[in-house]
Amino acid sequence: MRRWGLLAKEALTQTLTFARFFCLFHVTNHYLWSPTLVFGPSMLPTLNLTGDVILAEYVSHRVGRLGPGDIVFVRSPVDPNKIVTKRIVGVEGDRVTYFKPRNGDSCHTVVVPKGHVWIQGDNLYASRDSRQFGPVPYGLIEGKAFFRVWPPNSFGSLG
Amino acid sequence: MCRCILGEISNMAAHNFLWSLTKNCFTFGLIGLTVSDRYASIVPVRGSSMSPTFNPTTDSFMGSLSDDHVLMEKFCLQKYKFSHGDVIVFCSPSNHKEKHVKRIIGLPGDWIGTPMTNDVVKVPNGHCWVEGDNPSSSLDSRSFGPIPLGLVKGRVTHILWPPQRVRHVERKNHQNRHSPS
Repeated sequence: MRRWGLLAKEALTQTLTFARFFCLFHVTNHYLWSPTLVFGPSMLPTLNLTGDVILAEYVSHRVGRLGPGDIVFVRSPVDPNKIVTKRIVGVEGDRVTYFKPRNGDSCHTVVVPKGHVWIQGDNLYASRDSRQFGPVPYGLIEGKAFFRVWPPNSFGSLG
Repeated sequence: MCRCILGEISNMAAHNFLWSLTKNCFTFGLIGLTVSDRYASIVPVRGSSMSPTFNPTTDSFMGSLSDDHVLMEKFCLQKYKFSHGDVIVFCSPSNHKEKHVKRIIGLPGDWIGTPMTNDVVKVPNGHCWVEGDNPSSSLDSRSFGPIPLGLVKGRVTHILWPPQRVRHVERKNHQNRHSPS
C-alpha cells in the first residue's frame, strides 16, 4: 500500500518537473526569443535563398516598438497557416509609394490605414507582399528578426 | 545562546518557506500562462453586440460582474479550420490591442449580401466575414470588411458565468450568405 503511495508521489514530482520545463520552453519561445529557419527568394540579398537560421524576438511587437526598416515575421493574410518574412516599409499614417515590376512599372501611392503596416520583401521582383495583398493589420505580426546565426560567414545582427 | 540558535533556525525556515512559495507561484504562473496560450482560457464579454447570445441584459448596475464569461478554446488555431456559425475572438484590425467577439458568417470563397448597399462581396482567401448577433449595435465586417483568419485568437464554446446561463454556445446559420457549394 505504501509503495503505491510512494510511486504516485514520485510520478507526480516527475510530471510537475516536466510541466515546468515544457511551460518554460513555451514561454521563452512565444514571449522572449527563438531560432527560426527562413528560406525563399523574397528577401534577397539580405537573406539567403537556401535558408538562414535567424533569431526572432517577441518583445518589440508587444510593446509597439516596431518601425520602418524592421524585418518581421507576419502570418500571411492569404493563408493563416504560413508565416512570411518581410520588411516593414510604412506604419499607420505613412504615405507609401511602390511599383509592381511586372505590371508596366506603374507607380502607386497609398496611405497606410490605422492599425496596419505595409510590408515588402527586399527582392521586389520575387516577393508577394503588401503590393499584392494590401496593408496588413498589426495583429498579424508574430515577431521581429534581429540576429542571424547560420550560415556562419554572415553571422551577426540584422539591420 | 540557545535563543540565538533558535532565532537563526526560525529565520532560515521562514526563508525556505518564502523561497518555496515563490517557486510554486512562479511554476503555477508559467503553467497557467501556457495553458491559456495553447489550450483554453476564460474571457469576459463586454458590450451587447452579441445579444441575446451573450449579455442579453444591459445591466449597468452590477457593472462588469454581470458580464458573461466564456470559455475560449485554442485548438482551432492548429489548422485554422473554422465552420459557419462559429463564435470567435479576434484582434481588431484597426487596433491590435482590442479583442472582439463575433460570429463567423462567411468563410473564404463565400459571397455575402449586404442589404444596406445591395452589394455582394466575395470573401477573399485566408479571410472571414464576421457579424454580431445584434446587428443594430455591432461593429463588424459590415464596417471594416472581411478580416484575415490570422487575427483569430480562439473559438468560444461555452458560457461559464453567470451560473444560471452556463450552456454550450451553438452554431447559427445566416440567411445572407451564399456558398459556392
